Amino acid sequence: MANRTETLPAATVEVRRSSGLWGDAFRRLRRNRLAIVGGVLVILFVFIAIFGPYLAPWPYDYQDLDAVLANGGLPLPAFSPGHFLGTDELGRDLLSRLMDGARISMTVALVVQFVVLVIGMPVGAAAAWFGGRTDSWLMRLTDVIYAYPDLLFIILLSVALKETVFGKALDGLLLVFVAIGLTSWVTMARLVRGQLLSLKETEFVEAAQAIGVPSKKIISKHLLPNALGPVIVAVTLGIPGAILAEATLAFISIGATPPRASWGSLVADGQPWLRSFPHLVIFPALAIATALISFTFLGDGLRDALDPKLKGKQ
Amino acid sequence: MTMERELDTRTAGPAREAPVSGDELVKVENLKVYFPIHSGLFQREVGHVRAVDDISFTIRRGETFGLVGESGCGKSTTGRATIRLRVPTAGTVGFDGHDLSTLKSDDLRRLRRRMQIIFQDPYSSLNPRMTVDSIISEPLETHGLGSKGSRSGRVSELLELVGLNPNYANRYPHEFSGGQRQRIGVARALAVEPEFIVCDEPISALDVSIQAQVLNLLIELREKFGLTYLFIAHDLSVVRHISDRVAVMYLGKIVEIGEPDTVYAAPGHPYTRALLSAVPIPDPKLERKRRRVILTGDVPSPANPPTGCRFHTRCWLYEKLGRPEVCTTEDPPLRVLAPEHQAACHFAEESLRSDVGVAHPEQAPQEPASIAAAPAAS
Repeated sequence: MANRTETLPAATVEVRRSSGLWGDAFRRLRRNRLAIVGGVLVILFVFIAIFGPYLAPWPYDYQDLDAVLANGGLPLPAFSPGHFLGTDELGRDLLSRLMDGARISMTVALVVQFVVLVIGMPVGAAAAWFGGRTDSWLMRLTDVIYAYPDLLFIILLSVALKETVFGKALDGLLLVFVAIGLTSWVTMARLVRGQLLSLKETEFVEAAQAIGVPSKKIISKHLLPNALGPVIVAVTLGIPGAILAEATLAFISIGATPPRASWGSLVADGQPWLRSFPHLVIFPALAIATALISFTFLGDGLRDALDPKLKGKQ
Repeated sequence: MTMERELDTRTAGPAREAPVSGDELVKVENLKVYFPIHSGLFQREVGHVRAVDDISFTIRRGETFGLVGESGCGKSTTGRATIRLRVPTAGTVGFDGHDLSTLKSDDLRRLRRRMQIIFQDPYSSLNPRMTVDSIISEPLETHGLGSKGSRSGRVSELLELVGLNPNYANRYPHEFSGGQRQRIGVARALAVEPEFIVCDEPISALDVSIQAQVLNLLIELREKFGLTYLFIAHDLSVVRHISDRVAVMYLGKIVEIGEPDTVYAAPGHPYTRALLSAVPIPDPKLERKRRRVILTGDVPSPANPPTGCRFHTRCWLYEKLGRPEVCTTEDPPLRVLAPEHQAACHFAEESLRSDVGVAHPEQAPQEPASIAAAPAAS
């Protein structure tokens, strides 16, 4: 007790390296267990999409006819020797086909979100920056597209574009992806417009104007970096929708042409066998569900991590 | 040491001693700022919000010009229009002989170096994605001040000047408190060595304990660099403390203008009296005698202001005088009541005779010293 003062630590100077908002956001994301699970699964899916064909036990279109004939011409059940998830009635290995399907789903994610960004961001930014008449017309256009049933629009687009130069340049599958993108950019346009409109009114933008910073620099240094967080979240959360749209279209045989199969068309192919060989539907459906959930978890985590209102909380 | 170097670099800083004799730095004439109201599918214009409606004033070099009024009366819009952050609907703003509305964009950009603004909200006035260093060096880069290497030294200098640790330069705004952020905003404004700074309610959003610090910092900087301020606030005592002249605004108009001592001791406009009557007096005896005028009703819409005098719908003097017709038909111009004192009221003389809203400590008889010293003795 007598020398209590000696135990007090000397005044400490904070030497912590200052971390930016991105650094803070990453730290918060790492603490979110669900987001990490989602992120790991997403990485796994991407890995399979890239290296799937080299890792798969069989080529996706190889027919193991001997095994099927030995089984009386019926699909092999799961956990059969040589075919971990079984085969379909033509003797094609389900695991290999799923791994190849991952390619299609990840490509959908990439292409659709690319189209969404390329169209949605400039439209939203133009509406917000120019305002007035431009804003009105662009937003009415998005309203019209928004009001139209998505699937119908995609089907019409892919049919209408098929015979054009544009459609011939892209092969059938890619055309469907682009069509999905052409219907989904409206949400992004609205989001970017809203973000920029509110940022345009902030005092730090006014301060930049008072300093005399040129408009181009105001947009690139002050507006866009601050709008980036919500855009990243929207892109991540938009991916499940795109994957699901592709699966839905594949289920009604638009998109991937046999023998290639996407997860959606695998479900469709397995449907007749639902009662006797449910694994043909269950595993592709599981793959779709897992992909959707992992992207959603990651997106939710990103949204929480990038939310400036959570600044103080760790 | 750095402060002295600051001083040396400023050659044009006039002495602070004689603010009244300074020449006109800012000259606002018949300024109007209207905001269009859009409505309908094709956003047709259906009316205007008359945020600022025909006001004129001048700010002399080295002077601090206070602007007070309720929220929504147009004082912030006036402040922004004086440095052309808002384009006036009509009227002119002159800055040191240049008409801001006719300047080409390049010339305007050059002139921006000489006028700056400090904002109310220290949270939204700093870009959260930029470090303090890049926030403060942005004005330097924009105007090509100093070499790349010398800028970080200049940033440290500015941080020190506003009372912040220069080691904080690499931090982000969210790592600071409100008062510290406001100091960063002040440092950004000072970076270009301006002559004129619009202080748009710079302390209203701060904790009371921090308000005095920032206010004193602003005063200190004014003395040091001979700055001219347009000081916007809704706190009457703060404005009195810092200003050489005060203007009171109501619904887009200046209703009274004059030196603070005159305006506060003998307000010529019933609105000014009503505002002053609401200020509590830190003396129980006087406080008991304070006569308050409570303004009834809301501020009328600036999109559709009342006819005649804009204040007549809420004016206590108008009621007291039996609702004279002239108040509803004629918009009173600013009239000279005394040298340097003008008010826009048809019955300013009546208002001057009233005792509403003038019981202030300064007017109170001196309390015996023994009472004041009593607590210290125990």
